[in-house]
Amino acid sequence: MATSTPTAGRSKTIAARGPLVVRRRRSPRGRRSATLTVLTALVLVYTLLPLVWLAINATKTQEGLLGSFGLWFAGDFALFDNIAATFAYGDGIFVRWLLNTLLYVVAGAGGATLLAALGGYGLAKFDFPGRKAVFAVVIGAVAVPGTALAVPTFLMFSKMGLTDTPWAIIIPSLVSPFGLYLMWTFATDAVPEEILESARVDGSGEFRTFFRISLPLLAPGLVTVLLFNVVATWNNYFLPLIMLKDPGWYPLTVGLKSWNQQALTAGGEAVFNLVITGSLLTIVPLIAAFLLLQRYWQSGLAAGSVKE
Amino acid sequence: MVSEGHSDVRGGRAAGRRSWAGWQFVAPFMAVFALVFLAPIAYSLYLSLFRTRLIGGTSFVGADNYVRVLRDPQFWSAFGRVALFLVVQVPIMLFLALLVALAIDSGRLYGSAFFRISVFLPYAVPAVVATLMWGFMYGTRFGLIGNINEAFGLSLPDPLSPDLILASVGNIVTWEFVGYNMLILYSALRVVSPSLYEAAALDGAGQFRIIWAIKLPALRGALLIATIFSIIGSFQLFNEPSILKTIVPNSIITYFTPNYYAYSLSFQGQQFNYSATVAIVMGIITMIVAYLVQLRGMRKAV
Repeated sequence: MATSTPTAGRSKTIAARGPLVVRRRRSPRGRRSATLTVLTALVLVYTLLPLVWLAINATKTQEGLLGSFGLWFAGDFALFDNIAATFAYGDGIFVRWLLNTLLYVVAGAGGATLLAALGGYGLAKFDFPGRKAVFAVVIGAVAVPGTALAVPTFLMFSKMGLTDTPWAIIIPSLVSPFGLYLMWTFATDAVPEEILESARVDGSGEFRTFFRISLPLLAPGLVTVLLFNVVATWNNYFLPLIMLKDPGWYPLTVGLKSWNQQALTAGGEAVFNLVITGSLLTIVPLIAAFLLLQRYWQSGLAAGSVKE
Repeated sequence: MVSEGHSDVRGGRAAGRRSWAGWQFVAPFMAVFALVFLAPIAYSLYLSLFRTRLIGGTSFVGADNYVRVLRDPQFWSAFGRVALFLVVQVPIMLFLALLVALAIDSGRLYGSAFFRISVFLPYAVPAVVATLMWGFMYGTRFGLIGNINEAFGLSLPDPLSPDLILASVGNIVTWEFVGYNMLILYSALRVVSPSLYEAAALDGAGQFRIIWAIKLPALRGALLIATIFSIIGSFQLFNEPSILKTIVPNSIITYFTPNYYAYSLSFQGQQFNYSATVAIVMGIITMIVAYLVQLRGMRKAV
């Protein structure tokens, strides 16, 4: 910040530097500051350090883990051995957990996104009896701690015979109040009333209009909601922890915890290298999804925040 | 602002066409919502009015469970722990998030897009993995603390000891959510009209003056939402302590947080009725605190 010089010709200088440094919006303000970049980089180091640690330590054998410096490689590069061992350990249970997680994500997060899109669109584009009540009930219930619901939900599902089945994970994942809110604010702006009117005049049914005309317009909001629902479902831990006893139905999160815990139990084998490699394998798909889709979800988020 | 007149027309039109058609779209969400939100809340309230004994079965006890919670030192100990956590961790996390959001929004960073996505990445990491990673790093066996002690001949305190475990949990939670909060704040900053900055610059306002007079007021709504989410999150603290317990069983007690207490009561103690009551009381406290913060935040805005 000390480098800023309040000269009137600042925008000219920036323009003179050519297209490489063209700023998207606020060109008249500020030059790049090395000091600020370095200071902000300290936070970056903090957020990336554990991920770097994870990536480095996934290359070590169990002995290497104990005998080498945490932020550097041990002598032998065992990443591929570790990955193979992770997939093979316990008759390939990790693959089972991965498939379970995929099932929960596709059914849970996919369903939640569809329900949120339908509901948010309905709230944004229709006036119906009870509309305000829907809003009040959903917002009110969001404030109820999720874990306060966990015990009664477990008891209810247990009576319905749903515990220890995938339904116990999928059904609660289908509801995303945050997704409903985001789709609602997004649909309010993204779908012009005029288009809906002309579709109605042309005799299109409401659902047909929704799927053929509105849904494409909602795409950036949908990607955002889908991504956040995928993260919530992929990372879900508490619900499967209480709902599932059979390791055959575990998602990755509960499975990894059980591997780590096994070192504590009497006679249990410590498999820290598998815990670390499994952790890496668990986060790579999500990080890849965020990086690949960042343009879409960031614009969707920004649109959602206009309403605040 | 251009849309003002338009939205009036739209509102008028919609009101004239008030019909049940909208329910077709909202009904599927509400059906599942009723099953996984409303029914458990109702069932929980019902459970909290009964007590089950091994001998004598289930009997109606009215408000007895609630009286018991209010007098339960373990509950209040757990509550005090998350309250302390809230007061220390949330301001640190939100302040860090605010600094990064302002830095990225200032347009003065080299590689700001890289910063934005990298700081956000921990949000994609499951709490289980985050806690396992930090738990290993904290550890003296193959952790960084152990490495540093060895390399420099130091004896840094053990982050996993009962004295420091709460601060260590705070660090994990900060790490997980600083980027998420940064993104909420950053999205709010992007909505500020650039013409405000130009006007301020013409009036000779410096960077700090612009932050103070334009950006912080613009962020009030987003900060309020981030604060309320953080309050709810702190009071619900469960995942990180529960996973740390698989690393250092002795540092996490069964009533470490109110949620952990409710969990232990249910799944280790089979005291479902009392557990439901603990969860309800904690839910009510959470809602009251969130509501008060919201009121205060709104009043400031006026």
